[in-house]
Formats: sequence, structure tokens, C-alpha cells
Amino acid sequence: MKLNINGKDQEYAGEEDRPLLWYLREDLRLTGTKYGCGVAACGACTVLVDGQPTRACVTPAASLAGKKITTIEGLDTPAGKAVQQAWTELDVVQCGWCQSGQMLAATALLTTTPKPNEQQITDGMTGNVCRCATYHRIRGAVARASEIMG
Amino acid sequence: MADTASFTPSRRLVLTVMGLGAAGFAVGCSAGAPPITGPVTQTALGDYVRIGSDNTVTVYLRHIEFGQGISTGLTTIVAEEIDADWSQMRFEHSPADNAKYGNPAFGGMMGTGGSTAIFTSWQQLRAAGASAREMLRQAAAKKFGVDASDVLLVKGKAEAGGKSATYGELAAEAAKITPPDVTTLQYKDASAYAFIGKERTEGFGRLDTPDKVHAKAAYALDYRPEGTLTAVLLRSPKFGGKVASFDDSAAKAVKGVTDVVQISNGVAVVATDFWAAKKGREALKVTWDDSAAETRSSDAIFADYKKTFAKSGYEARKEGAGVSALRGAGEVVTADFEFPYLVHAPMEPLNCVIEYTPGVSATIHSGSQMPTGDQAAACAVLGLKPEQVTIVTMLAGGSFGRRATPDADLVSEAAQVAKALNGKAPLKFMWTREDDIRSGKYRPMSVHRMSARLNKGAIEYWGDTTAIQSIMEGTPFLPPGAVDTSSIEGGFDIPYAIPNIAVDLHLVKAPTSVLWWRSVGHTHTAYAKEHFLDVLAKKLGKDPVAYRRELLAKEPRLLGVLNLVAEKAGWGTPLPAGKFRGVAVHHSFSSYVAEVAEVSVNADGAFHVDRVVCAVDCGIVINPDIVRAQMEGGIGYGLSAIVGEALTLKDGAPVQSNFYDYTPLRMAQMPKIEVFMVQSTEAPSGVGEPGVPPIGPAVANALLAATGKTYAKLPLGAKA
Repeated sequence: MKLNINGKDQEYAGEEDRPLLWYLREDLRLTGTKYGCGVAACGACTVLVDGQPTRACVTPAASLAGKKITTIEGLDTPAGKAVQQAWTELDVVQCGWCQSGQMLAATALLTTTPKPNEQQITDGMTGNVCRCATYHRIRGAVARASEIMG
Repeated sequence: MADTASFTPSRRLVLTVMGLGAAGFAVGCSAGAPPITGPVTQTALGDYVRIGSDNTVTVYLRHIEFGQGISTGLTTIVAEEIDADWSQMRFEHSPADNAKYGNPAFGGMMGTGGSTAIFTSWQQLRAAGASAREMLRQAAAKKFGVDASDVLLVKGKAEAGGKSATYGELAAEAAKITPPDVTTLQYKDASAYAFIGKERTEGFGRLDTPDKVHAKAAYALDYRPEGTLTAVLLRSPKFGGKVASFDDSAAKAVKGVTDVVQISNGVAVVATDFWAAKKGREALKVTWDDSAAETRSSDAIFADYKKTFAKSGYEARKEGAGVSALRGAGEVVTADFEFPYLVHAPMEPLNCVIEYTPGVSATIHSGSQMPTGDQAAACAVLGLKPEQVTIVTMLAGGSFGRRATPDADLVSEAAQVAKALNGKAPLKFMWTREDDIRSGKYRPMSVHRMSARLNKGAIEYWGDTTAIQSIMEGTPFLPPGAVDTSSIEGGFDIPYAIPNIAVDLHLVKAPTSVLWWRSVGHTHTAYAKEHFLDVLAKKLGKDPVAYRRELLAKEPRLLGVLNLVAEKAGWGTPLPAGKFRGVAVHHSFSSYVAEVAEVSVNADGAFHVDRVVCAVDCGIVINPDIVRAQMEGGIGYGLSAIVGEALTLKDGAPVQSNFYDYTPLRMAQMPKIEVFMVQSTEAPSGVGEPGVPPIGPAVANALLAATGKTYAKLPLGAKA
């Protein structure tokens, strides 16, 4: 079956139950999508499926035929670019492992809610765990990305 | 721990010219430098500095970058003395080599920890930068035909008499210059600093940001050479359990599983990919021998720990009359503080890749926090010599202490599996999150029995008795026969002026493995010390800040951060109804931090930490925004533990499995944070850990102000 990943069709012929995460990382070598928990509890593996933030660690690749999948490597929407610029400006990252997922979650939030208030930022981002606790800067960077988007 | 004064910079400024191919795995910033065509050569000026023909200056890190910002901090020190342009600076992890890259605070063994990187590198890297600078100056003088004293070095260029050359152009010639005697080196005056103390907003952001934002950063889990097999290990559900027998028929029937091998502490399933390995492990049947296993539950362990208090422990501190001063006039106050096991849970679970050729070599890609220890472990398992085992240190997705393992558990397990496979393929050895939560190396659980006698409006006696497992016993970090007082660091050296003090230690044995967790002993000593002090201050009717000022009159740096935080937090000014403040101040890892927490407490007891104001004195500030980031992160990491983290045992097995029941702090719980730095001319000290200890007691002290209760059992949960 064909999966559309970052605008490119990919042939998937793997196991029915194999999560998208491992297909991205091991077969396609798109390693920007990270493994953190394997049970949809931390958000490190967040990708966009038709624009919706989705946990790649529990979503079988075989369930995504015909869907548009966006990973950090293909984040080229205005919201996505603004997010990466804001993350850079504010030096949000520490270890960096969760940040692809954080940036994808922020992109999804800003795509539907371009001018989020503080509570909307919290609600949009609280599913993504950061053990370095960069939350303080993530909060600021989402607001800054919103500003950049104009 | 060695201090900076006792550390002599390397005199072995060996000069070599090498091709990039031999240079190992480069990571770093990509800003600024124009692309060049043709091969890039790297010229080493000493052990720490290499200059590329593309005019890059690469600093070798003997410490791993795992989020703390050390790649930027150490590079800044070199950039300052070598007079570089910031856009030409790069970093790279150094090879495993104790002789060149040992940590003087770790007895000369390589390692990152104890917030020692800046502290131990300051003088060394200033010397490395200044030495390279003088060699470049001499090379320029020769090239321009002028006296060396006429050469001006600025922003990566040498200039004299209208001539100019970049460092890249001068490097090969500079490498032929005899390095100057380090004792003759001159260092920049602080007033001339162009890099040290500069802000992100002035262009001095983290060097690892661009790659991490654009998914180009290279972590061990991302490294997967062609044909790699992936292994996961089934370990005993109870600590201390051993494999009795196993049935691998169902595991081997899983598509993709190639091998099932028993190693020292479990049975590994090897497969063509992670998912197959995981499914294979789920199908594996192992019978465990629990004859030496832990069988107790956490409550029983706490009860056992308290039984040790019937006898006196190791006397770690005695002031005045010591424990005999507990008896006397006035009021005796006691409280037992209970701290659970904590899991480090770095976001990137433990993993490494071994490429092994039996009898010949092994190359290990790993987020290695003790590279030479990992190397030695691989040598022991694989029967190789150190020169045959290459450790390639990758960026790591957090650690918080977990990757600094004296027994090199990760590499030992991986090497045993690689050996069993006889090097037939590169081997990726992975811990799942469940392995991470359930397989040990925890912050040890502990009980502090705090006691005090109050008389005539003052604390006449302070007692702190702790029962805890030792982290350092049996490791090379503790001499045989010595007592591991790191378990109560921050407790036995309580800085308050109290006439009678007794701090003693009961080290207990248990099968559960323990390890240093961001700020180590201070994770619990600071909580017990600072919260108990507020409990006593309340009984004495004293203001927590005013009382600390009294007791810290002879501690200028603690007093400095206390006064700064009190001023910035508006201590003493009215708060809206339902909001309360708490303060804590603590010295750890050569730095001084005070924090004030503002906490909302609802009528139903639910609480939320709204704002934290932090003051830090870490000597000269190398990069203020990274200090800020480490305080923010340290506060978040410490708050996470005291609000919601506990690893508990039931009948010897961990109860929690993953982030749904071992619950880290999330965005909704994160306070707003303001960080203030004390202006200082003291030598710089670390910031990775010192932000953690004060947050727990600051929050508990705010809750005490709200409810009048003592908060002696951790975690606090969401209700006061």
C-alpha cells in the first residue's frame, strides 16, 4: 500500500501491526520522529496525519493508506516554519529529544488556533512530555511563533 | 572533589595534522561559515582545539552534551581566549582517553556529572585557547615578516602592517610552533570579554540549537548501519532474580526474530527490527529464580529503614554536644521524612550500537557519560584491548545521571549479546521505556529522622539521621573502607549557625540498584533541611527569610542569593487570597541557589505552583541564558519529582511501568519562572544540578504557610 509521507508516496509492505514510528525511523531513516514511551503517553513521536497531531508509536503504518503524513523533516507550512524559527530564537531545546514532537504539536495548535491564549497553549501542549522541563520556553516560543505568523 | 586551583592544564600540546576522515563524528553549529570546496583538513593545536582549513575552530568536549548546554559553555571559554569569531566555533565529543580527557573531579576518569564540567574546565580551556592563540600569533608574525607583538588577533583573523590572514590559513604553520609554557600565558581581563557573559539575544545562543530544531542532531538511537539487528532484554521482574530456565520456541516463531540468547541478567531477543524484537520478547517464557530477590514492598522497606534508628549510625557531623543536646529545656520537635525511589527517565531511553569484529575491534555508538568506563566494560566482555574499542560519544536525549554508570550496565549487556552473536551484524541494543522505569538504578529511597530542641526562642539542637542505600559503595569512586557520605551531602554540611548539631548515617543493603539522580544526596537532604527549618521557624514565630538571614550571617554567598531572591520575589508583600510563598536556599556542587515558590491553594486542598523566583550564584557566568535554562529545567525536574514521581515496590517488583503511572511534570503544572544571577568574580561553577534541590522545600514551605502542616512524605500529590 502507498503512504504519503512529506509529500512523497512510499510503498509500505510491512507487518499489519507495526507502528508508523518504526517504519519512519528504521525503513525510511526519518529519525527526527522520536521514540519516548511506545504507549502514546509522551508525544515524542508526534507526527501530523492530515494535519492532526498523531502518536506514531501506536498508529499502525498500515492504517494510514491515502493519508498525508508530515514529520519534522517535512515541516514546511507557514505555521511549521514559524515554530522552528521561534524555537531557534528562544533556544528552547536542551537535550532536544522531545522537541520534534513539541514542534509538531505546536504547529497543529497554531494551524487551527493562530492566536492562542495562555490556556489554549497549555491545553495544546500538555500532552507532550519534556524531562528537561523546557515548558517555560515552549510557552514563550508558541506565543512568539504566533507573532511571526502575523 | 578536586578544586580548580589544584588542576594543572595539560602541558602535552601535541601537534598533529589530520584529515577529516580520522577526526571522528562531528556535530555542531552550521551558522555563518561559507561553504568551501575540496577536502577540509583539521589541524590540532593541543588536545582541545582543532582548526579547519575551512576556518572553523572545533573544541573537543571531554563531557557529553545531553541538554545542559556544555557544548556551548566549553566552546565559549576557548573562543574567548583564542579571539575567534563566534560563527566559526564548532564542537565535537572527544575520544575515550583518560590521559588526555579525564575529569580531575572523578580521579582522572572521564565522566560528566556533579556539575563539574565548567568548574574543572575553566582554567584548562582558557589555557588551551590562549596557547593556540599564541601559536597562531607566531605563525602570523612569520608569514607577515613582523614581530609577534605587532600582530593583532581579532575575530578569527591575524592582522599586522596592512596584512591579514584567517586562522584557517595560519593553522598548518601554527602547528609547527613550539607551544608556549602554560605558566607564561596571559588571560583576558573580564572587562575585555567578547563572549563570556554574553546573551542569546546578542547572538550567543546555544550551538546545538539549529541541528536540534531541524532534526539533524545525531543521537545513538538514530544511528543504524546497514544490516543492523536490534535486541531487547527480558530482565527479572524482581530485583535480584536470576534466570532459572527459559522456553524460546514461541519467541523464535515471531517473524523477524533471529536469535534468543541468555546473558548474565536476562534473556535477549534479537530481530531484524525493533517491533519484531519486542513481539519476540513478549512471546518469551522465562522461569525466574527469586531465591536472592527483593520480596518486600515499599512500606516494609521504609519500616525496616526506621528500625536501623534504634542504634546510632555513622557520625557525619557533630557540633557542640552533638546528640546529647537533644535532652534539655524547651520543646523537642521530630518528624520522619520519607523519600521514594525515583527514576531518571531521560526522554531517549538507554541504547547503543556495537559493531564488533571478534578478536579485532569493536566500535560503540552511545550517549556515553563515562566513555572510558564503557570502553573497559566492552574490553572485559569481548576480550579486546582499549585501543581496539572505539567509543563514539553521541548527543544524548537527557540523562539526569542515568548514563553515568560505574558498572557500565548498558554497554555490558550489549557487549554480551554482541559476543553471543559473534559479530555477525551491527547490534542495536535498546531499553524500552518499560525497561527504563522497571529495571532499576533509581534515586535511592530514604528516611530522614529530623529532630530539634527549641529553647529561648532559638534552635539549640539540630538532629538529622538518615537511612539509605549507598550509591558509591563497590564502585571505583569510593576508596575501600570509606563511608559514602555523598548520600547525605547537603545534610551533614548544614550551614546554619546552630550550637549543637548531630548528623548520622545508616547505610542499608538492598537488592534494588541505585544511582545518582540529578543533584544526588541533595535531592532529599535539602528538602528535609529546608522544610524542617520552616517548621521550626513557624514554632518560633520567626519569618523564614529573616530567620535564615540570622542563621547565615557568616555565609556570604548563601546570604547573597537569599537576599536577591527575597527582593525579586517581593518577600513580605501581600499576596492575593489563596496564594502563599515559600523560600529555600541551598549550596550544592559549588554553586548557591535560593528559590521562592508562589503557590495557589484551593479550598479543597488542590494546589498549583504559579511562579518561582530563583537567584543563583555560580561565580563568573559563562552564558547567562544557559544558566537561566538550567535553573528553569532544574526547577521543573525537581518539581516533577516532589509533586508526582514515585517508583514503589510491591512484593519486590516495581508497580509503575511507563509515563501513564510514573508521571512526569507536564506543561499545565509548570510555573512561570524568573531567574536572577549574582554578579561575581569567583571562578565559574556548575548549574546542571544546583537548581533542583531548593524547589521541593520552597513548595512545601508555601504549603506549610497555607495549612500549618508538615509535608514529610513524598511525593506530595496534587493536594496540600
